[in-house]
Amino acid sequence: MDDWRDGIFEAVKAAGVTQVAYVPDAGHSRLIERSLEDNDLRAVSLTTEEEGVALLAGAWLGGAKGVLLLQSSGVGNCVNMLSLARTCAFPLVMLVTMRGEWGEFNSWQKPMGVTTQAHLELCGATCYRCDRPEDVRETVESAFRFAYYTNSIAAVLLGQRLIGAKVFEEPASC
Amino acid sequence: MLNRRDAVRRLLADRGDMLVVAGLGQPCFDCFAAGDDPRNFYLWGAMGGAVPAGLGIALAQPERRVLVVTGDGDALMSAGAFATVGAEAPENLAICILDNERYGETGGQVTHTARGADLAAMAAAGGVRKARTVRTEAELADAVSALRSGAGPMVAVVKVAPESEPGALPPQDGPHLKRRFRAAALGVEDK
Repeated sequence: MDDWRDGIFEAVKAAGVTQVAYVPDAGHSRLIERSLEDNDLRAVSLTTEEEGVALLAGAWLGGAKGVLLLQSSGVGNCVNMLSLARTCAFPLVMLVTMRGEWGEFNSWQKPMGVTTQAHLELCGATCYRCDRPEDVRETVESAFRFAYYTNSIAAVLLGQRLIGAKVFEEPASC
Repeated sequence: MLNRRDAVRRLLADRGDMLVVAGLGQPCFDCFAAGDDPRNFYLWGAMGGAVPAGLGIALAQPERRVLVVTGDGDALMSAGAFATVGAEAPENLAICILDNERYGETGGQVTHTARGADLAAMAAAGGVRKARTVRTEAELADAVSALRSGAGPMVAVVKVAPESEPGALPPQDGPHLKRRFRAAALGVEDK
């Protein structure tokens, strides 16, 4: 049921990642918890997502692989900093948990959620969508191969259908 | 007022195996003018990226001294990164902010540091307790020594004159800068 969450962690480990940069998100909570428990991983909590783009460029300059965990809203914060990865051809894997799409109740999530992939593609990222649990591990593994073999930005979009739409309460008008 | 070129020259003289990230604009030119080195990574853009990029290198290479040389505009844009550096607390990371209280590349408009913002206090409040402001030659001599070999993380905000210096433009090609840095710092030859 939650196996895909462990699948991401295993794919991250298999890729040889040592720096996990994150802005917390419920969809990434398992990965963050397991990263914090793992002595071979440095889990770096960010104040804003674009820090992670620069942090992981530095990681690669220092010989380390990384992964950036963020929510779709945080993709908007990354736009200019992604020019660093794109201009210098830094490998970068972004694992994006989606909001503002399937089953969303919060209209404030919609502007970034419905345009996340378009934003990323304009910034030069190649996007892989995941909506089924059985696809997650293989997709994350593929993203790492793509990013690190071709010195590119790869983003895996983890759909709200996969994660489960957040529900606070039923809107009265529904 | 202290001179930025002189401060950077002293910081980088006989640098040993120190790894350097230079923030966009004048700090890049200052580092290049002090003598180009493949272990300098020059940011020609990515404003706000110098401090977190330095942190990434420092965490990846904990045995090496990592020095970030950047400006007040870049540091203000990534002020939250002080909290990330404070939380991670890498002992090998030193940050030198050349504070001319101006946006030098856009016409010399004043930054917030000319209007009351105190970057050393912001760094300290973010958790980088070793944070100082440098205004005199004596303070600079002490700061240079600390930045090069003192236990970090630390931030030194060096107040420098706003006058611009002669042009000194480092290489701009990003993949080249990346490959030569990794070759010199790590001994790896990327394809």
